[in-house]
Amino acid sequence: MMGTKAARADDVWKVYGKEEARVVALRGVSASFERGRFTAIMGPSGSGKSTLMHCLAGLDTVTRGTVHIGGTEVTGLNDKALTRLRRDRVGFIFQQFNLLPTLTAAENILLPLDIAGKKPDPQWWDTVIGTVGLGDRLGHRPSQLSGGQQQRVACARALMSRPDVIFADEPTGNLDSKAGAEILAFLRSSVMEHGQTIVMVTHDPVAASYTDRVIFLADGEIVAELDNPTPESVLEQMKAGEVLV
Amino acid sequence: MLRATLKSLLARKLRLVLSGLAVVLGVMFVAGAFVTTDTLGRTFDKLFAEGYSQTDVAVMAKPKVAVSEMEGEQVLTPLPASLVDQVAAVPGVAKATGVISDDGARVIGSDGKVVTSYGPPRIGMNWVGTDDLMQMRQGRGPEKDNEIAVNEAVAKAAGIKVGDRVGVLTQLPKKTFTLVGVWGYTEGRDSIGGVQEVAFTTPQAQRSMLGQTGVFTQVTVRVDKGREPSAVRDQIAARVGGSYDVKTGEQLAADSAAQFKEALSFFNNILLGFAGVALFVGTFLILNTFSIIVAQRTRELALMRALGAGRRQVINSVLVEALVIGLIAAVFGLGAGVGVGALLVTLFGSMSGGLDPAPVGVPLAAILSSLIVGVVVTVVAAVLPALRASRISPIAAMQDVATPDRPLTKVTVTGAIIGAAGATMLGIGLYGTSSLWLILAGVLVTFIGIALLTPLISKPVVAGLGRLFSWSVPGRLGRLNSGRNPRRTAITAAALMVGIALVTGVTVVMDSAKQSIAAQAENTVKAEIVIGGDQNGPRPPTFDDAVLAKTAALPGVRAAAGLWNDQALVNGERTYVDSTDNLAKMADAFGQASLPVLKNGQMAVSQQEAAEHSWAVGSVLRIQLPRGEEHNYTIVATYDEDAMPGTYFLPAAASKEFGITQPMLGFVRLADGATMAQVLPQVKALVADSPEVNATDRSSYINQQVGTFDTVITMIQVLLGLAILIAVLGVINTLALSVLERTRELGLLRAVGLGRAQTMRMVTVEAVVISVFGALLGVIVGAGLGSAVVQALDGEGITDLVLPWTQMALYLGLAALVGVLAAVLPSIKAARLNVLAAIAHD
Repeated sequence: MMGTKAARADDVWKVYGKEEARVVALRGVSASFERGRFTAIMGPSGSGKSTLMHCLAGLDTVTRGTVHIGGTEVTGLNDKALTRLRRDRVGFIFQQFNLLPTLTAAENILLPLDIAGKKPDPQWWDTVIGTVGLGDRLGHRPSQLSGGQQQRVACARALMSRPDVIFADEPTGNLDSKAGAEILAFLRSSVMEHGQTIVMVTHDPVAASYTDRVIFLADGEIVAELDNPTPESVLEQMKAGEVLV
Repeated sequence: MLRATLKSLLARKLRLVLSGLAVVLGVMFVAGAFVTTDTLGRTFDKLFAEGYSQTDVAVMAKPKVAVSEMEGEQVLTPLPASLVDQVAAVPGVAKATGVISDDGARVIGSDGKVVTSYGPPRIGMNWVGTDDLMQMRQGRGPEKDNEIAVNEAVAKAAGIKVGDRVGVLTQLPKKTFTLVGVWGYTEGRDSIGGVQEVAFTTPQAQRSMLGQTGVFTQVTVRVDKGREPSAVRDQIAARVGGSYDVKTGEQLAADSAAQFKEALSFFNNILLGFAGVALFVGTFLILNTFSIIVAQRTRELALMRALGAGRRQVINSVLVEALVIGLIAAVFGLGAGVGVGALLVTLFGSMSGGLDPAPVGVPLAAILSSLIVGVVVTVVAAVLPALRASRISPIAAMQDVATPDRPLTKVTVTGAIIGAAGATMLGIGLYGTSSLWLILAGVLVTFIGIALLTPLISKPVVAGLGRLFSWSVPGRLGRLNSGRNPRRTAITAAALMVGIALVTGVTVVMDSAKQSIAAQAENTVKAEIVIGGDQNGPRPPTFDDAVLAKTAALPGVRAAAGLWNDQALVNGERTYVDSTDNLAKMADAFGQASLPVLKNGQMAVSQQEAAEHSWAVGSVLRIQLPRGEEHNYTIVATYDEDAMPGTYFLPAAASKEFGITQPMLGFVRLADGATMAQVLPQVKALVADSPEVNATDRSSYINQQVGTFDTVITMIQVLLGLAILIAVLGVINTLALSVLERTRELGLLRAVGLGRAQTMRMVTVEAVVISVFGALLGVIVGAGLGSAVVQALDGEGITDLVLPWTQMALYLGLAALVGVLAAVLPSIKAARLNVLAAIAHD
C-alpha cells in the first residue's frame, strides 16, 4: 500500500497528435494527493490542469509515467478494470452536473452502488443525505431541481460509494456564487468530517481558497504549490505566474 | 438557407441512410413490379410471335364456353375434317393442314412418375412433319398409331430415348407407345417457352386428345407467296361462316400474349400492394427520423430564426432535406428494383422450365413511378416534423433546452377520432357494401388512428413490459429510456405494429377459413377413402374411370363414385358444374340419404342455388358444356350445398362433354364391418395405372383441401416480412439516434462505473421493450382486425374463429429477438464511446 497517498502521479507525460500537430499537454508532472486532503489544481486555459485530472482519474491514458489510485497502478489497466476502478474507488463531480434525467435524485445518488450491485450503508446514506440537505426533494427528477440542487445531488452521488478520491471538474462553474459557495462548503466539510480526499480543478481563486493545497500548472508543468490558500494568496500566485509567463 | 440545409444534410448523412433505406425498399418493390411485368410481357410477345410464326391464318371453331387464361383452361371445340378441304379451296391458300393441338398429354417418365411442367402446357398433337423452326434430333415422326415422337424438353424431363416404350395419359387412360423420334428447335432449343409436346399419328391424336375421329382443333393455313394473310383470312371467314374464328397468326400471337399479360397485371398488383405496405411502414420511419433530427437541431434552427430566417424558410429547409433524401433513395430503389425484376424474371424462366426471358428493360413507367413515389412519400412524412421545426422560438438558441414533454391530449384525441373513422369505414366495408377498397382504406385509417393513440398506450404498457427487465441496473435504465420519449417509442413501435398486425390479421382469417372448411369436410365427407392427386399445373390430375366400377365391386365397399368438374354455361351464365357416374352412391359416400341416380336429361342442384334463382324440382335449365350442343336438363332433386362436393350435378353421360373426360376425384365408403386395412390396398392397386393419383384415407383428402391455405399464409408472411424488416430498420434508427443524443449521459454512466457489457445490455433492453411493445400492439390489432373480417364472413362459410396463439406468441418472441438484433450496432456504438469525449460532448 502507498500509505497515506490517495492518488499519485509520477513523471506523467501526455502528448496529443503526431509530428507537426503534436501538442504536449503534460511534461513530466509528479504530484501526490494525501488522504483526507482537499487539493485544487489551477492554471490558465491550456495549462493541462484538466488533462492531469483526467489522467489521474483513469479517464484518459498517459503517454509516459505512472498513475496510482490508492495502491493500484491505473496506467496499464484494461477497460474492465478501469470501469471497476471508477465504480468502486473514484467519484466524479462535473461542471455540467451530468445527472440521468430519467432517474429521481435519490436514484441518481445510488446509481454507482446500484451498478456495482451493492447495498447502501443506511447510516452513511442518512449522513450524506443529511449533509447535502435535499430533504423532500429526493423523489424529484433533475429537471425539477435548481442548478445548485442538481450539483448537490451529483456531490452526494460521488460521496455515496466512499471512494478513495473524488475528482471535481469546475464544480461551481455553472452555478451562481451563492449556490457555488454552498457546494464548496459542502465539499470542505466532507473532507473535514469524513476524511474524504478531493481533487478539484478550478480557475476561481475563491473556490481554491476552500482547499488545503493548491497546485499551479502552466504549460503542462507544475510551477508552484501553495498550502492553506486564501483568495488573496492564490490571486497573488496567479499574477506572479502571469509575470513568469 | 439552402446551402446551410445541404451542409447540415451532408453532416448527417449516416443518420439518414437508415430512413432512406426504408424508401429504397419500398421503391424497389414498385420498380421491381414494373420491370418484371414489362420484361415478362415482352417475353410472351416474342414467345407467341415465334409460336405462331409458322401460321399465316388459323381457323378454329368458336368455343362453346369461353374461358380466359385467368379463369381456367379453354376447352377447344373440334371442327370436322371436311373443313380442311373447304379451306384449302379458298383462293390464296397455299396449304391447309388439319391440326390437333391441345393441353393434356402427360408422359410417364422412366421413374414411373408423371412429368410435370409447372406452368407451360403439355401439348398432345398430330404429326404433320417439321416446319422451319423444328429440327429432327433423332429418329423420325410417328407412322403407326402405336408410335410417338416428343420434343427434346419432354425427352429430357422424362429421361426417355428413341426405342423406349413410353406411357402417356391423355383423355384416354394410360396407353403405351414406342418412342420413334425426338425433335428440337432452331438455335439449339429443346422447346419453345418450355412447352412439352407429344406427337401422335393423326388418327391416334384424334382418339387420345379429342375422343373422336374425323375432327381437328384447328386448320392451319399458309398463304400463297405475296398474298396478304389478312386478305386471305377475310376470304376464308366468308367461306366457313360465323361458327368459326378465323385469325391471322399475328392476331393469335397478340391475343395469347394479351391473355398472359392480364395474368401478369394481377401479379403486378400484388407486388404493388406489398410496395404500398412497405412504404406505409417506411413513412413512420421517416417521420420519426425527421422528428428526432429536428429535435436535435433545435439550437441550430433557433439560431437561424434568431438570425432572421422566417418560418417558411425553416419549413423549406426540412422539406428540401426530405426531397433530396427521397430522390436519392428513389434512384437507389429503382436500381435495386431493376435487380429484383431481373431476378424474378430469371426465377420465372427457370421455374417454367425453358422459358427464354427477353432482356431486362426499364420502362418509363418504372422510372417515373419510382421517383414520384420515393419523393412524395418522403416529403409527406417530413411535413409534420417541418411544421414542428418552424415553431421553434429563436430564444431556444440561448437556452439549454431538453425536449420538453409535450402533453399527449391533442394527439390522443386526434387518434381516437381517426381510429373511430377507420373502424367505421371498415365496418361499412365489411358488413355494408363489401367494397374491397373501403375495407383497405378502413384498415389504413385504423392503423393511423392506432399509431396516434400509441403514445398514450405506450406509457403503462412500456412500463409494464420494462418491469420484466428491471432486475438489473442496465435493465432498469433501459426500461426508463424506452419510456422516456413516448412519441418516439410509439412511432417506432407503430411501424412494427403495422407489419405484425397485417401478418396476424391475415393468419387469423386464413386459419379460420381453414378450420371452417376442415370442420365442414369432417362433417360431410363420409367417404373413408379418397382417390385424387396434387394439382401442379393448369390441368388437374385424373384417373381411369374404369377404376370406379372395379372399386365398387370390391368386397367391403359400400359405395364408390367419381367426380368430374368443369365450367359450363347454365342458362347462359358461366359457372362450375359437376358430373358423377352415380349420384346415389356419391350421396351415400357423403352421408346423404336420398338422392337418385340421374338419367339423361336430369340434374340435381343445391337448395341454396335453387333458392337464389327461384328454381324448384321440375324446373328446366339450358346447359352448354364445353363440348357438344346445348341440352335441357330437368331438376329432379335438391340437396344441402354444404353436404355435397358441388353445386350442380349432371348425369354420367354429361361427363363426355366435359373438357376433361376423366374423373378427378373418387370417393369410397366402406361397408359396415369392413376395415381400412383390407380395402385400401386393393383400391391402391386399382389406381396403380393412373400415376397422377393415389388412394388415401379421408384425413389426407381434408388436408389436401386446406393445404392451399398454408401455402398462401407462408407466402404472405414472407412478403410482409419486408414490412417488418423496415420496422426493424426503424428500431435501429431510433436507437442509433438516441444513443447519439444521450452521448453525455452514456459518458457519465461509464464514468461512474457502468461496464461495456452493461452499457450494451441497457441499449438492448430499450430495443427489446420497444419491439415487444410494437409486436404486442400488432398482435392485438391484427387479431382484432382478423376477427372482424371473420365475423363479417360468417355468411360466406367461415364459421369458426381461430386465433393462432402459437404464431402470435412466436411473433412476440421474434420481436424480442428483433430488438436484440436491432440493438447490436447502436449498443456497440454506445459501449465504444470514449468516456472523456462523451462527458465533454455538447
